[in-house]
Amino acid sequence: MLHWFDERLGIAGWARSGLRKIFPDHWSFLLGEVALFCLVVLVLTGVFLTLFYVPDATPVTYDGRYLPLRGQEVSAAYNSVLVLSFEVKAGLVMRQVHHWAALVFVSAIVVHMLRIFFTGAFRKPREINWLVGIGLLLMALALGLTGYSLPDDLLSGTGLRIVYSVSISIPFIGPYLAFLVFGGEFPTATIVSRLFVFHVMLLPALLLGGVGVHLAILWRQKHSQFPGPGYTETNVVGKSFWPSQVFKSTGLMLMVAAVLSLMGGLVQINPVWTYGPFIPTTVSAPSQPDWYIGWLDGALRLFPPIEITALGITIPSPFIPGVLLPGVAFAIMTLWPFIEQRFVTHDHRSHELLDRPRDNPFRTALGVAALLVFIIATLAAGNDVAAIIFNIRVETMTDVLRILIFVVPAIGFAVTWRIMHELRRDDWAGGERPTSVRLRRTPDGGFEEIDVTE
Amino acid sequence: MRAERAITLALGVSILASIGLLVVYAFVGANPQIEGVLLALALGGVGLGIVVWAIGLMDAPVEEEPRYPFGSESAVQATERTLDVESLSRRKFLVRLLGGAGAMLAAALVLPVFSLGPQPGRALFETAWRKGSRVVGSDGQPIRAADLAEDAVQTVFPAGSVGRADSQTLLIKVRAGDLQLAADRQAWAPQGVVGYSKICTHAGCPVGLYRAEDHSLLCPCHQSTFDVLHGAVPTFGPAARPLPQLPLDVDADGYLVARSDYTEPVGPSFWNMTHTDEGGD
Repeated sequence: MLHWFDERLGIAGWARSGLRKIFPDHWSFLLGEVALFCLVVLVLTGVFLTLFYVPDATPVTYDGRYLPLRGQEVSAAYNSVLVLSFEVKAGLVMRQVHHWAALVFVSAIVVHMLRIFFTGAFRKPREINWLVGIGLLLMALALGLTGYSLPDDLLSGTGLRIVYSVSISIPFIGPYLAFLVFGGEFPTATIVSRLFVFHVMLLPALLLGGVGVHLAILWRQKHSQFPGPGYTETNVVGKSFWPSQVFKSTGLMLMVAAVLSLMGGLVQINPVWTYGPFIPTTVSAPSQPDWYIGWLDGALRLFPPIEITALGITIPSPFIPGVLLPGVAFAIMTLWPFIEQRFVTHDHRSHELLDRPRDNPFRTALGVAALLVFIIATLAAGNDVAAIIFNIRVETMTDVLRILIFVVPAIGFAVTWRIMHELRRDDWAGGERPTSVRLRRTPDGGFEEIDVTE
Repeated sequence: MRAERAITLALGVSILASIGLLVVYAFVGANPQIEGVLLALALGGVGLGIVVWAIGLMDAPVEEEPRYPFGSESAVQATERTLDVESLSRRKFLVRLLGGAGAMLAAALVLPVFSLGPQPGRALFETAWRKGSRVVGSDGQPIRAADLAEDAVQTVFPAGSVGRADSQTLLIKVRAGDLQLAADRQAWAPQGVVGYSKICTHAGCPVGLYRAEDHSLLCPCHQSTFDVLHGAVPTFGPAARPLPQLPLDVDADGYLVARSDYTEPVGPSFWNMTHTDEGGD
């Protein structure tokens, strides 16, 4: 069979070099794979769901198996989700696996990104793939948000309402933008079908294309690797793709799918029938978004009631926490490889060997501080729930979090900085300190330093 | 041999679980718990089996392959020379014109995006309330001020627009003496009945909770709190503006009516919200 294809496509040599490609073996290199395999599960379950979902806001009378909602007027979209959940064989398990896979997908992307960040894997020559990765994260978030809103239930409708309000808060363009996206003043009948087009067509096409680019660049540049005996800037040490890596990765894919199936089968998620259909005059309390949107909702909750009107232009209070904060956060994240090169390390060399977090204490401390801001903002999205758990007033809870969001990251930065420096000193004391420095002439006439450890 | 036994077991479990899935699907019917567990066993069995296979039975050596650095000055220069053809480099004007044509074409092709939604116009400044609009409940029935119980809260709409999101209004009756409204609003709360927009001025959620002990309205989304007795000024949370107050009156039959639309935009703020005299298409 290989003959047949090789005579037509000439691929035998190409396939052989692919199969013999060397992959460094480290558990943290599997995080991206977990994300990829969640995506496989999402596409497969998503196709199934698409065949049953009806993207239509037209009111219908529910007449299905779920008795508490019988006779109630609901949208055709919400109705189709209930039918899928209660009447389609294997429908509920598919829906729940899809939702769990979405949550794990974003989690895996974020943890993968943290690995890349803390080991400096984004440095030259891998800046382009960092940018592609940020794009993939944004698309995953957009897919999560649009998918979450499709069932047209009360909780997701409330979320959509907040998205609308945050978008009209953008100075000058907000109302125009929101009216374009939503097709008018919230709530509109068209939004569900628009979200559907984005969720099942535009965004998946972009995401899958982006994943292709991400992997192609990875393939071309080869994996980075952790420093150690035998690992240099000019080699790749590991095991060949075929057979062991193919078996391991396929096994990982099946096990990811297995865990998601277990969660989807046993752990209920997003029971939209208990929230009820979306009615614009009603709201569910407490209401929390999916985890990856929590930090934005938390920022909205913590931000003080400041609304400035100057020269007839109002800066609405949701604008700063809802648009400016994530905008600046993503801008810094996106440009970080260039910011770090320009202002922190002044290092223009290519790196195939990874940093350990201690090798760059500033980067590590900054990453920890940013992570702590994210965590506290996420906790703030549950301030009402936390207040009930701790039996204190929600006002007190909010005020405490307003302080913690500044104090904890500052402490985290200082402590991390200190620990990284101590670890580095321990390394040196333990003999890893460079014993001499060698100078080497570079091809373009300059000099570079090479640390020598005997 | 332990690896072989483990693989046999894992694949065996997977086969049984797959058969189980067929049986459950055909004979038992929808049962997400059993389906999920069997699916997990069927997938996980194969997954575990081949991972054990890879680790236990494939004695793959650790290999090394060279990595050639990117960036070749000569290749870049050669490519630049290839790109630099005379028909382009000597036609600066035409190249610029081509760029301009491309940009204009892109702009023209983007225009249909504006078909997606109407201009906001006055939509954010207005609701369905008009002078003389009868106040009705979600059932469409008009409401008599005298029939309301103290501290009772009701969501109301203008007659003919029941359910319209931007017009949803909370009706609350308090002791008339307790109200501390601004001088120009003294007449807006007949018999102690005040009407406030139900849409939070922060992020637009319905302000669904009323705490009678301190006459506060609470928004469950971000915990903004409004003081009903003092014109719904915000007392906690991220909302910066009071809930707009609906000017109310009582008609000859004792039914509640609106004196006018809201005098300011309801719902979340936007950049030109103070331009109440402008707008329109």
